[in-house]
This record gives sequence, structure tokens and C-alpha cells, in this order.
Amino acid sequence: MSKTFSIGGIHPDDCKFSRDCPIEDFPIPKRVYISMNQHLGMPAVPVVKKGDPVRVGQLIAEPAGFVSAPVHASVSGTVSDVTPYPDFLGKKVLTVVIDTDGDQWEEGIDRSPEIRHEITSSPEDVFKRISESGIVGLGGAAFPTHVKLTPPEGMKPEYLILNGAECEPYLTADYRLMLEHGQEILLGGELMRRTLGAGVNGIIGIEANKPRAIELMRELTSKSLQWKVVPLKKRYPQGGEKQLIDAVLGRRVASFALPVSTGAIVQNVSTAYAVYEAVQKNKPLISKVLTVSSSDSSIQKNYRFRVGTPIMDILSHAGAMEKDGGLSPQFAKVVNGGPMMGKPVSNLEGPVMKSTSGLLLFTEKETKRKEPGECIRCAKCFEACPMRLQPYLLYQLALAGRTEELEEHRVFDCIECGCCLYTCPAHLPLLDQIRLARNASLKNKRKK
Amino acid sequence: MTSTLLYTVLSLSILGGLLAVILFFVAQKFKVQEDPRIDQVVEALPGANCGGCGFAGCRAFAEFYVNNPEATDYLCPVGGNEVMLRVAQMLGRDAREQAPKVAVLRCNGSCEILPRLNKYDGSPSCTVAADLYGGQTGCSYGCLGMGDCVKACQFDALVMDPDTCLPVVLEDKCTSCGACVKACPRNIIELRPKGPKNRRIYVTCANKDKGAVTRKVCSVGCIGCQLCMKACPFEAITITDNLAYIDPAKCRLCRKCAPVCPAGCIAEINFPPKKQETGNE
Repeated sequence: MSKTFSIGGIHPDDCKFSRDCPIEDFPIPKRVYISMNQHLGMPAVPVVKKGDPVRVGQLIAEPAGFVSAPVHASVSGTVSDVTPYPDFLGKKVLTVVIDTDGDQWEEGIDRSPEIRHEITSSPEDVFKRISESGIVGLGGAAFPTHVKLTPPEGMKPEYLILNGAECEPYLTADYRLMLEHGQEILLGGELMRRTLGAGVNGIIGIEANKPRAIELMRELTSKSLQWKVVPLKKRYPQGGEKQLIDAVLGRRVASFALPVSTGAIVQNVSTAYAVYEAVQKNKPLISKVLTVSSSDSSIQKNYRFRVGTPIMDILSHAGAMEKDGGLSPQFAKVVNGGPMMGKPVSNLEGPVMKSTSGLLLFTEKETKRKEPGECIRCAKCFEACPMRLQPYLLYQLALAGRTEELEEHRVFDCIECGCCLYTCPAHLPLLDQIRLARNASLKNKRKK
Repeated sequence: MTSTLLYTVLSLSILGGLLAVILFFVAQKFKVQEDPRIDQVVEALPGANCGGCGFAGCRAFAEFYVNNPEATDYLCPVGGNEVMLRVAQMLGRDAREQAPKVAVLRCNGSCEILPRLNKYDGSPSCTVAADLYGGQTGCSYGCLGMGDCVKACQFDALVMDPDTCLPVVLEDKCTSCGACVKACPRNIIELRPKGPKNRRIYVTCANKDKGAVTRKVCSVGCIGCQLCMKACPFEAITITDNLAYIDPAKCRLCRKCAPVCPAGCIAEINFPPKKQETGNE
């Protein structure tokens, strides 16, 4: 009997077209744009300047505080500029631009494909390596991993949950990683489990639409006493941290509380893989797997890219660009991330980030939203909301700008999963307005 | 039957009378003393409640204006100097004349010039779009073209031009209340003095990028080349963050800056067509 979370949720078509495409190494780009703001928290501070030679894996930016992460060069070559550069959203972010020259790696990085099983590092060393390697939550939010592994005083984690739900349609990066690097993921999980102290159990949550991954992971954990695999029913947004804890353990995270208050810490399987590479192979986070997908069967790939590769390069390699540099006319929109929570790409020259999990191409017909009608109080959004909010009400309050009432109705609990928008029969832009109002009141709060 | 009716009517009338007497005395006791001039001033103001003066509405402005005799520099943008003069005379004080203003759009990136890079199909509102991402075009400073300013204008002084996807200010209707300035998430609408004979010169760009970056995304964007600054004999033009700004207080409308701008982003409004250059200069 598969488990799932108890409140809300929807069942979009899973559209995992690229599930059988093996991970390809993306060719090293001619130039990379490495953003200093690839994680939540304070942007990193560059330590290289224009003209400096760099090698792959070299530290190029230091964290600007505890809730921050360092950034490493993903290619070797020369720093051609340190300047604000528009990211994929077109917003200016301080960026280190590196012109590639060859592929020189920093010394001490183990690039061999053999898996290193024996764990020799002490938990303190593992923690230090994680924070030094710039590892952030690769599920999408990019929260620095070392911060997550430091629960506040008085909170004792009991479970480490590896998130292999990948509930977003289209995306298959985590799935392919589990199939091809299952052992490494488990090792990474084991390393993180040890940093959390004794008595922590490991759980891997995988949705039922990935039977091969469940099978493989079960086989790998069959001899382990600390690890087990929990198959989950296919349902969106199961990969959300709070939803996954509910699905796996049946515990709910209270409003404004940290997920660790329930005794569970959630890490994505890609993060576990990055931890393995950082600790066992001494390789900082400079590459990740992403899915390029569309309904066109020729453009369905899984790539391992270097951080900072321009989106345009990846799309043209996948065959979605015209020769003159424009997007193929059949596609109207590129989305960075999954179709539910991803954001539209407004600058194709912008780079991919540490946490980019997919680049999806949609045709005009697929992306077209229907004309919004009137709310008929059918409460479908309420039923779909996994946080038990009242999206129709929040929408009305947001339109009227009634900030205090929005806060009373827990607008800050919204996880922006988009279930309300997906389910609304009147096609109201519910999430658009809720997010806007929430951001506005967050800004106001900060001012105070 | 009749007696029930009678009693009801009687008791209710007595009760009503009693309450009326109580209310009369309460009203006398707790009477709020209000300056009668406030009502007169409100009467004289246009009553648009647009907030252009900086107060919550016409009444709030009137209360402030009446209670602060030293306030002379305030202007009701809708009524203009005429109304302010009348109000000031009513209160027996001077009103300093203020230059009338008008809203101008500091962007010229029409949809013919800026091809759309991607398709926005979310909520048709600039604020939502600006919150989400950098816009459909490469310029992260320019007009988003979804008309939040048009919706904010209560005087119908702004319309969207379907050909350029940019809003157009109708000068005679614009009261310079500033609602559009507040509505625009990109801050590209500015209130500028109308100028003598409604003539004015301003820079139609808000892009603060370096020249090369601006050039890449827009052919009519200010590239910060400083040619206009050098051409200006009155030092009215300053360049900050790669963007030229013409100070309306210093500008004498000599029109020397506009022809030198390589991007053609200095607008001259309401001038007669320029005479052919002669050998005088």
C-alpha cells in the first residue's frame, strides 16, 4: 500500500518523456556565467577579479555569512569579467564570467568513475566538506545544505528523508540519477545521516511512477538496517518538503515551524549525490543533471551540465534553436524548472544555476492560458491546496490589497505549488495575485 | 384589538420622543468643533479624491490646509493654480503659483523595436509580470505594456497605443495626480513641468545598463554616451548610471541636445517643426 500526503494535491499527467534517455555529459561551453546568487540567503562575494586564471573546482566566491554558500569555477580559463549580468529572468545578478580554455582541474579532485565505498571522514569533516563545496538543496529552492544539517538547539532529528519523489511532470533528472548513480546517492545519504548524529534513520521516498528506481533502491538498501525505501502514490506536490514528511511519516509541519520540528530532515537525491562527490571525490558542486523536454520527441534529453552554461547553448545542442540564434518557431515559451513551479525564461542568454532541474519547451497551444472568468465559489482550489489555505479568498484579499487579513489567513504558508491555478475551472490567476501580495507584504515586513 | 394597536403606537411614540431628547442633549454635550472653513474648502476642491496632493483625499487635504496657515507650497494637481488661488483667498492668505505638471513616459521601446523573446500569458498586469520576471523583451527597465497605468488613471488621460504597445498620455486630460507613477512597477512615468507653451524636452529611456548592453536589447535606448551633456549650454543634463536626465528647472528648451542623440531618445514635445539649419551658427 503506497503512502501519500493527506491534504489536497492534484494529478497532472506525468509526461516523463525523457525517462529512458541516459544522462549525457554536456560539452564544455565556450564561456560560462556563474551567478553569485545561486542559493537562498546572502549572495556570495567574489574572490577572483578580471584577468585571473582559474581551474575547474577553484573557489571563486566566498559565502557572505552562515546562510550562504561558496561558488566554484565550473570550467578552466580566464575570468573575463565580474559584473552584474541578467540571469534567466532578466534580473541583474553579480556574475563571474569565465572564458573557457581547455579543461584543467584543481589538484586533489578524483575524477575517476570508480565508486569509493569506504567512509573515512569523521562527521565533522563531512560537514565541513559540505559547507566548503557550495552544496545547496538541488530540489529547486537552493537552500544551503549545511544550514539544513544544523538543526536549531533542542530539535533532534530522527529521520533523514531522501526526496526522490520528483512529482513535477516532465522532469526526469532525479530519476535518471537514481538509476545510474543509485549507490552514490545512498553513500551521500549515509554521509549526511552520520553528520546528524546517532539514531537517525534514513528513508528514501520515491513516487510509484518510477518502479525501476524503487526496485533498484530497494535492492541497494536490502542489507541495510538504517535505510528503507518508501514507495509513494503519484500525486503533486509530493516532492514539497512538508508534503513529503506528511506522506512518509504522517507528521504535519505547523505554520511557521521548521520541518525539522517534526524530527525529519529532507534532502533531494541530487543533493545526496553532490554530497557524495564532495566528500568522497573532493569535487565541489560544479555540475548537475537537468532535463530538456518538450512534446517533440527529438528534443528530450538528460544532460549533466557545468554550472553557468548559457541556456541558449543547451537548447541549441538539444536542437531547439534556429541557426540564426532564435528559438524554433514551434515553441512559444521556455520554462526553467518544472511546468508547475518553474519560471519563464525571459533571457535565453542567461545561465543555468546549481538548482536548475529542467528546461522545458512549450508550444503556443500548450502554454496558452484560458480567459479568466468569475469565481463561482466551487472550492476546488480549497480542496486542491496542500497547505489547506483558501486560495479564492486569498485571491480576493490580494486584489483588494488587504495585507493584514492575508496574514490572518496564513498567506505565508503558501508554497507556490500552483495546484489552485491548475484546478480552477474559471482559470483565475489565483497564484499570480497571491504571490504578488505575499511578496509585497514580505517587503513591508523587512522594512519594519 | 384596537387597544393593542393604540398601546403599541403610544409606547413607541413616547419611547421615540424620549430618545430624541436624550440624543439632543448628547449631541450638544459631545459636539465636535470643526472649522466651518474646512467644508468650504472641500466644496471648492474638485472632489476627485485622487491623492495627487499627497493626502488621503480632498477632505484630508482641506483639513491640513486650513489648520496649517504657513502651508503655501501645496497644490491640488487636479484643480491647479486657479483652484488653489480661490481656496487661498477664501482663507485670506497667499498661494504661491506652482508650475503645472504632466506625466511623461520615459520609454520608447515599442513592440516593433523590441521583439518579444517569450510569451507572457499570466495575469494581465504589469505588477504581476514585473514581480515574476524581467519582461517579455530583453530590457529589464522598459515598459511592460500591460497597462497598469491606464487602469490606475481615473481621468482617462492614458490610453494604450495598440501599434506600439506603449501607453500614451493625453495632455489635456492629464491632471498630474501621480496615480500612474505609483502604479508603474518599473518607475518609468515621471511628472514633469508642462513648460512654457506646453513645450518640453525629456529623455525617453530609463535603462541604466552600460551602453553596449542597452544597445543589444533596444535601438532607441539611452547608452550614456554623454553627447547631449556636452551639447547642453546650460548644464541641465546629467548622466547617472549610464542614463541621461534633463533637469527641467535648468533646461531652457534650446533643443541642442535632441539632434546629437545617436539613439534618438530625447523627445521634443509641442515644438514647431525645426527650421532648416542656416549658416548662422
